[in-house]
Amino acid sequence: MPTFVAELKVVFLLNMISILPKPAYLKQVFLIVLVLLLSIKMKAHEPTEPDSLELVNAKTTTDHNKAGDHGKHEEKVNIQEVAFDHVLDAHSWHLWGDHEHSVSFPLPVILKTDKGLVFFSSGEFHHDTHGKVVVEKNGERFVNYKEDIYYASESQNAEGEYVEFAVNEKGKNTVTNKAPLDFSITKNAAQLIFSALILIFLFTSMASAYKKTGVTSAPKGKQSFLEPFVVFVRDEIAKANIGPKYEKYVPYLLTVFFIILINNVFGLIPISANVTGNIAFTFVLSIITLIVTNVSANKAYWGHIFLPPAPKALYPILIPIEIVGIFTKPFALMIRLFANMTAGHIIVISLVGLIFVFETLWVSPVAVAFALFIDILECLVAVLQAYIFTLLTALFIGSAMVEHHHEDKHEEAGAH
Amino acid sequence: MSLFILASLVTPGIGLIFWTAIVFLLLLGILGKFAWKPILNAIKTREEGIEKALGAADTALKEVRELKSNNDKMLLEARNERDALMKEARETKESIVAEAKSKAQKDADRIMASAREQIINEKNAAVAELKNQVASLSIEIAEKILRSDLSTDEKQKALVSNLMKDVNLN
Repeated sequence: MPTFVAELKVVFLLNMISILPKPAYLKQVFLIVLVLLLSIKMKAHEPTEPDSLELVNAKTTTDHNKAGDHGKHEEKVNIQEVAFDHVLDAHSWHLWGDHEHSVSFPLPVILKTDKGLVFFSSGEFHHDTHGKVVVEKNGERFVNYKEDIYYASESQNAEGEYVEFAVNEKGKNTVTNKAPLDFSITKNAAQLIFSALILIFLFTSMASAYKKTGVTSAPKGKQSFLEPFVVFVRDEIAKANIGPKYEKYVPYLLTVFFIILINNVFGLIPISANVTGNIAFTFVLSIITLIVTNVSANKAYWGHIFLPPAPKALYPILIPIEIVGIFTKPFALMIRLFANMTAGHIIVISLVGLIFVFETLWVSPVAVAFALFIDILECLVAVLQAYIFTLLTALFIGSAMVEHHHEDKHEEAGAH
Repeated sequence: MSLFILASLVTPGIGLIFWTAIVFLLLLGILGKFAWKPILNAIKTREEGIEKALGAADTALKEVRELKSNNDKMLLEARNERDALMKEARETKESIVAEAKSKAQKDADRIMASAREQIINEKNAAVAELKNQVASLSIEIAEKILRSDLSTDEKQKALVSNLMKDVNLN
């Protein structure tokens, strides 16, 4: 009985960190643990905990009060707002400048309203994100409030905004206006399309190089740069974790790896979008991983979930745990990539923001040095997170296809 | 304000979900058909080619080694054969020489024997002839004695001494 309890504990723990017990994966497990530790450390810096949030809030309000008291510093920089502006999605591609002075590319806004689809350029909001500019199309009026598009209110409120607020039970303001379904080509969507085009260009031209030079000649140029990645994903990720039937999954893993890698790397460039740090992107990828994993799962996988090797009396506890386990694995994937990329960006912006918070140039050497350090770390994280996501996807697929019951194998071996 | 931002941070937007799904699936389809398939096939073909070439090199090496060992074996055999031939030749030579020697010895012996025999024969013949001569000489002497004047004693005595001289000579 104690061994069973221990096993239960282990099963639970493994579900928690979504890794399967396999001695061959020890290296990867170690790596993942390392990365998790790294992530935890980063998240500690990230102002997502309520305490630090309140702290930042308090600080900004006092800043505002001070500004009001002295009548100067009207353009006090709100670092939190700046940071989140950089990591969140937007309807236009902002390059530089503030508010009405900003320089940005307008992007198409596509809305599904009650009356049908509405198209217009995000330039029509004139850089407004505070619900002050109303765009009227087909008799419907829209405002952009914090990069969310709402139906505009009939009239302005005291601050000139065409949105209405309600105070919820937590004492926070929420917008009460109705919102259309927003299918706009946002900054993230635009960069995603752009990066997809780059990938298509890169890899189709790489593929045509094989046709041109023949397969037996040594790789050249793009080929020799990209081929090691492709071979790495195929051998070290797919073959090592999925097993003999790996070939079917290599195209999916390659696509996942490169779309994450290219967007991670693009995300490091200051004016670019934070695609891999957006939860919608990681959500879609992990949903696809969830589907691929469960579609390719074998009898042993489902057997392990619905008929776990444990006393029948514990089935009411174990089966729900196992079922939850199906979803926790891709959920962890989604959160891991999102949190890592977003956290990195927030740290960099926060460090640079220190200069504006302290309002002195003397902080800049420290801030720049730290930001540079984090940026270099982010270069590593960009590759590492692409690797981790792909590796775990391969692991999940592999674990859904592996034969869990060793007795069966012996019987088979005996029969032959 | 903060919760508002946090909420928008962790709430997946329907629009981006939609576009991500479309872009990703299209990318998967396009790359799968036009990039991954030819690239992976090419890499696989090349790897197989390399493996094959390495295998062929290995086999060739093995063959060369085999050939060399065969050559060595042949060389050894040839050497052994040569040695055997030499030995045989030497033996033959020796036997021939020995035979020749023994033959020569035999011939020499034979010649010696025949020579000896001849000598004996010659000697016998000579002795016989001598005997005959002595006989005839004796007869002659006797005849002479008979013929000569044996009247006086001196003459007889002279005659006998003369004869005796002759006898002594023989």
